[in-house]
Amino acid sequence: MIIELGHYLILASMLFTIGVIGVFLNRKNVIIILMSLELILLSISINLVAFSSFLNDPSGQIFSLFILTVAAGEAAIGLAILVVYFRNVGNIEVDQINKMSG
Amino acid sequence: MFPALLFYTFSFTIIASALMVIFSKQPINSVLFLIFSFINASGLFLLAGAEFLALIIVIVYVGAVAVLFLFVIMMLDFNPETIKEETKKYLPVGLMVGSILFLEIILMMYSPEIFSEEFKIIGRIVETDLTNTEILGGLIYTEYFLQFQMAGFILLVAMIGAIVLTLRHRDYVRRQNIHDQVSRNPNTSIELVDIELKTRK
Repeated sequence: MIIELGHYLILASMLFTIGVIGVFLNRKNVIIILMSLELILLSISINLVAFSSFLNDPSGQIFSLFILTVAAGEAAIGLAILVVYFRNVGNIEVDQINKMSG
Repeated sequence: MFPALLFYTFSFTIIASALMVIFSKQPINSVLFLIFSFINASGLFLLAGAEFLALIIVIVYVGAVAVLFLFVIMMLDFNPETIKEETKKYLPVGLMVGSILFLEIILMMYSPEIFSEEFKIIGRIVETDLTNTEILGGLIYTEYFLQFQMAGFILLVAMIGAIVLTLRHRDYVRRQNIHDQVSRNPNTSIELVDIELKTRK
């Protein structure tokens, strides 16, 4: 049994779909939405590493490293915004963020 | 045979723990399953021959990002019962969008143009006996140097942004004002007061 590129791609697409479904399902909890975004970025990383391994080109791993950087920055900024929102409002329900008019 | 078995074990665990991330009631369980999913992805990267990235993903995600999530969950102290999510309400929409997306990706993947022969010669064949880390270092510091600097700049902006967003000045805490301290001079800070001496009888 030989693992080919298609196996990795199907795994990454399943992970991507799970992440998107997670954004839809947890409409109230922003932390789980952020975790779903991390899952989506992980699936893209798996795609890049798989292509890099099967095409024998190390550039894909470098792009995956940059995705790692952006994911770390996004998590830090997102959680900081969440902390500030929690201080002002007192809960983290996403449904009420659209009431922040003006 | 053995690598295939490892691949299926890792990928099944990744999918199962990702499902647990989005379906578990407590956010703390979600973070722990996210960590588990990342560790298995690191095993998958090892299997694909990207050793440096596999270890970096453990350090960065498990050591920094997941700890950040845990810290925020413990600091915010919200009650998970009050955000009892209406999963059932959004389940049909989520499943519909997810299945459409998955079908589209699979259809795109199995269109015959993608895996043709001319696609396969895009990659440069690198035949060296360097290790993975040495190859990545050689590429980062030569060909992708500008992108590397931009990544460092993104991290700097993220750090400053997070500090500026969460910094707050409390009114009841006395803070040091360095400009006021340095610009004092004797004329403004020393006051001469005449005191009438009362002689004791």
